[in-house]
Amino acid sequence: MQALKQSQPSGELSFARSDNSTLVVRLAGDWHLRHGLPEPDLVLKQLDAAPKPARLTFDAAALGDWDSGLLTFLMGVSEICHKRKLPADWSPLPEGVRGLIQLAEAVPEKTGARHEAAHTSFIEELGQATILYARGLDEFLRFLGEVAIAFAMLCVGKARFRKVDLMVVIQDCGASAFGIVTLVTFLVGVILAFMGAVQLQQFGAAIYVADLVGIAMSRDMGAMMTAIIMAGRTGAAFAAQLGSMKVTQEIDALTTMGISPLEFLVLPRVLALFLMIPLLCVYADCLGVAGGAFVGATMLHISIGTYIRETANAITLTDILGGLFKAAVYGIIIAVAGCLRGFQCGNSSSAVGDAATAAVVSGIVYVIVACGMFAFIFNVLGI
Amino acid sequence: MAATPASIKSSDGKRVSVTKFPKDGPPPITVKNLTMAYGTFVLMKDINFTVNHGDIFIIMGGSGSGKSTLLRHMLGLIEPANGEVWYGDFNFTRAEPLQREAMLRHFGVLYQSGALWSSMTLAENVGLPLGEFTDLSPLEIREVAALKLALVGLKGFEGYYPSQISGGMQKRAGLARAIALDPEILFFDEPSAGLDPISSRLLDDLILELRDNLGATIVVVTHELASIFAIGNNSIFLDAESRTMIAHGDPKDLLAHCTDHRVQTFLTRGGEDAEKSARNHG
Repeated sequence: MQALKQSQPSGELSFARSDNSTLVVRLAGDWHLRHGLPEPDLVLKQLDAAPKPARLTFDAAALGDWDSGLLTFLMGVSEICHKRKLPADWSPLPEGVRGLIQLAEAVPEKTGARHEAAHTSFIEELGQATILYARGLDEFLRFLGEVAIAFAMLCVGKARFRKVDLMVVIQDCGASAFGIVTLVTFLVGVILAFMGAVQLQQFGAAIYVADLVGIAMSRDMGAMMTAIIMAGRTGAAFAAQLGSMKVTQEIDALTTMGISPLEFLVLPRVLALFLMIPLLCVYADCLGVAGGAFVGATMLHISIGTYIRETANAITLTDILGGLFKAAVYGIIIAVAGCLRGFQCGNSSSAVGDAATAAVVSGIVYVIVACGMFAFIFNVLGI
Repeated sequence: MAATPASIKSSDGKRVSVTKFPKDGPPPITVKNLTMAYGTFVLMKDINFTVNHGDIFIIMGGSGSGKSTLLRHMLGLIEPANGEVWYGDFNFTRAEPLQREAMLRHFGVLYQSGALWSSMTLAENVGLPLGEFTDLSPLEIREVAALKLALVGLKGFEGYYPSQISGGMQKRAGLARAIALDPEILFFDEPSAGLDPISSRLLDDLILELRDNLGATIVVVTHELASIFAIGNNSIFLDAESRTMIAHGDPKDLLAHCTDHRVQTFLTRGGEDAEKSARNHG
């Protein structure tokens, strides 16, 4: 009998030929996962060595403790035997090992179940990303259109939703958001005033800090900061609520009952944000000015009365109304983005988190894009 | 076939006439050559079956065989890649949205999770379809909702929210909502899922009583053998491997006579004594 011993990190693996046609795989010592696994390719080399064996068997007389490490190695050997159609005699192995191998091989691999790693070129990935983005924009616009139709139905008194739901959402995205809007917009006013003060003080024009803060807040910053806060707070909440309802089939239940989920779930949310963001925007404008006044009074030694008078002289009704208009549009965008992501949510709990994240990202991106477009349009119109 | 007109409020508040399912009319449900697919991946093909009046029709098969997906196709929640679903002499697959919506009023659906609206009490859940599609006053709606909840053994739970009751009670509340409009066809998606054997048995009894007392035709998606033999009198078996239905008929007949080993393996829990199953449930 010819024997060949291989030193292995786990247990001891050696090979022998009982006759020219049978390869004996000898397993000795303790086989534990923590000591690493031998490569089944060692068996492959033996099978390729002349004279090529016609069958395979094991010798486990010296085998000590074993765990999944041994099983993993033996599954590899089994796969090699299957591929080569080589008969193997598993009977010398301990009963437990044989039982577990039988269990692992009981259900054959399903055809097509294994995912092949796909290698795509950069150009292909870029193309796919572009198509995905275009599709996302298309879905957003389509959904916006459906919401517009539902709004039209509401205007003629045909849309159906529970008034109590509208009130709950209004409270949630209105009064409940006061705290965070107060903090953020006051600080934005302070930051704007600080930045302006550093420059304007050099020219002795510190009083114009009031103009800077007042105009910035009323025209853009008030609406945009409120929108960003609401995208993170309410847009994500909308996506999570509707996503959860999708996971628990509540949306399906509405559909099969003949109740439009768009009217019943989306309309109150869009309406609530459409109404509440402009109100929050007015509040944000005031808080921003208050932040500027705080800097004016403490750093620039401008009296509060003077600061308020300068602000009143600087801003116009057009600035304020323009800001409110933008805020209302941002409200619709955030609500539609949030609800759309909720409806697109998959059927798992992690998908709800993904939907909330996507709602915040797309909400903020769309708001900033809209802000840029407004800046251009208002400039062209001379507003 | 002469249809019995029934009027019901549509989404725009008007009353629309819809076709009901007279006993001497065509079968209430017919599925013709249905193919279910996700994109280019065909999940099931060549699905053909008929559900007769008063049947408790079981859609059975292993996990991942497409049972719930078939139900979603039948409810119009997913469009088929090919084939049609007919309700009586009404082609549901090719119908206009308004006609579909009207037909849906004849259905009641109990989803796997109960799908109760979490922000509403049980009475509000049951009362919502009544408020939307009938002319009942709020007081009458409350009374009807209380009756429906009492029918499923939830008398006194009208003011509870779904989160305040157990899973079995949520299922029964979902059933109360499903029967709110006295539907002619009831669909159940895995009604026994997540229930203990006693609750599951009680739900089976309830389904039988609803069939007998409401005269409803019932479609049940399940793989619970106890339920299949206890309530089903007609069924199809979906096979994930061959991607089509491989058996059609009374589950007890399939157990006794079907020679397909896949069906036998399923109905006998992989070879458990078949006679024992038949004796216990027959």
